Amino acid sequence: MSALFEFDDVSLRKQDMVVLDRVTVSIPGRGVTVVIGASGAGKSSLLRCCNRLEAPTGGIVRFHGEDLSTLPPLAHRRCVAMVFQAPTPFPGTVLDNLRAVTPDLDIDTGAELLARVGLDPAKLERSADSLSGGEAQRMVVARALTTDPEVLLADEATSALDATATTRLEELARTFAHGGMPVVWVTHDLHQMRRLADQLVVMRSGRVLWSGAGDDGEADAAIELALCDPPAVDDAYKPQQPIDRNAPDRNDNN
Amino acid sequence: MERDVIGWSGLAASLTFVLLAVALTGRHRLGLSRGIGVAVGRSLVQMAVVGTALVPIVDPDTPLLWSWAWVLAIVGFAAVTTARRAPAVPGLVWVALAANALVGATGLSVIFGLGILELSGRTLVPVAGMIIGNSMKAAVVGAARMAESVADHRPEIEAGLALGMTTRAASKRLVRSSLRTAISPQVEQTAALGIVFLPGAMTGLILAGAEPLEAVRTQLALMYVILAGVVMAATTTGLGTLARLTTPDARVLPLDRVA
Repeated sequence: MSALFEFDDVSLRKQDMVVLDRVTVSIPGRGVTVVIGASGAGKSSLLRCCNRLEAPTGGIVRFHGEDLSTLPPLAHRRCVAMVFQAPTPFPGTVLDNLRAVTPDLDIDTGAELLARVGLDPAKLERSADSLSGGEAQRMVVARALTTDPEVLLADEATSALDATATTRLEELARTFAHGGMPVVWVTHDLHQMRRLADQLVVMRSGRVLWSGAGDDGEADAAIELALCDPPAVDDAYKPQQPIDRNAPDRNDNN
Repeated sequence: MERDVIGWSGLAASLTFVLLAVALTGRHRLGLSRGIGVAVGRSLVQMAVVGTALVPIVDPDTPLLWSWAWVLAIVGFAAVTTARRAPAVPGLVWVALAANALVGATGLSVIFGLGILELSGRTLVPVAGMIIGNSMKAAVVGAARMAESVADHRPEIEAGLALGMTTRAASKRLVRSSLRTAISPQVEQTAALGIVFLPGAMTGLILAGAEPLEAVRTQLALMYVILAGVVMAATTTGLGTLARLTTPDARVLPLDRVA
């Protein structure tokens, strides 16, 4: 299978800061690809390049082999859904939110979308502002699904959520991946990475240290370097533990 | 009717009220006494210079070209002033220049093209000053509010962009809020005209000996043009600011200096 996204010698400079430094990496069109690194490693910028919220200052990003800069940005973004760190409900009801870019969306389809993300369809008429953080983030995912995207990009999407809401969103990501919609998931949380990752992209200081299936010692060394130097944000980091995608603590948030 | 003219002694007398303002701000330790002094001093010097310069400009024997040159200078200074109030917006001076030029051209076309006032140096410069001056205030608020809104609500805008919205659609709510903030004061001022306050042109005409009804007609015509000018300036500058802070491929530029 060809890569979903290919970064070919991609650089990104912002106000004299090098955010991405000659990144070359492929993101496959299946499973959950976890992009992990410490704060400031460039992982969010990598993700934002995938849906053109950032434009590289050097190199090429390809989507299904096509240069992203040549694709119409608005149409591309409808194929590449993105969920951000904090939930971003728009003013109005949940249904209003679901109709933000699909104004003809009928109530039944709206209810199906809510059910798909584990929300009670009765919430359709609720004010979006009245949802809890976890509910709002799942509504945002449902809203992103209204354009029938090919891939879901999640930028630290659980960092503002409690443990239960985090678990639900992770389960949703796994469900999407099993259902054939690849997910690219940015995190600095090693445990979350273990629970979710089918593939890994390990980043540090704007560079990709390692990428692949993440089941060998090289990946462990790269993760250790990425998260421990500078010091890891995640206090529970255990560098000697190998990555085990089938670990029993898949839903353990501690 | 004999004209009431304020002499130098009258001007000096008016400054006694400023002394009261300085005393009041000093009493409450607002730290504005020096600022008030500087503002009064600057206004005295600036108005003396402008008044002196206007004497030959408004002279009936002076070619009207000089009055038009003065109007161009007003447009330019208004654009620079607007751009200074939102320094984080790249190229705002050109947006403000276009907005002020648009307002000036349309406003003066209405006032003089429709024969509301007779075109002369004595009418052109003050009318242009009133129209562009009021528009500039709205343009400053429109640009500054838009820049702040884009900086403060970047996640909301990007959430919309990430769904495939256009820049205008993703920032619709913020655009509406910013433009309403910029335009509303002029709407309120127009609504309160004659009840809460008597505006400058009317007051000036009455003081200069004109009949009150004549002064009212002149003032109303000017206020309507000013109202339209404010809407045009705020809209052009606000939307121009949004365009300057985003890219043609619907990305939001870094805005660290705005926040």
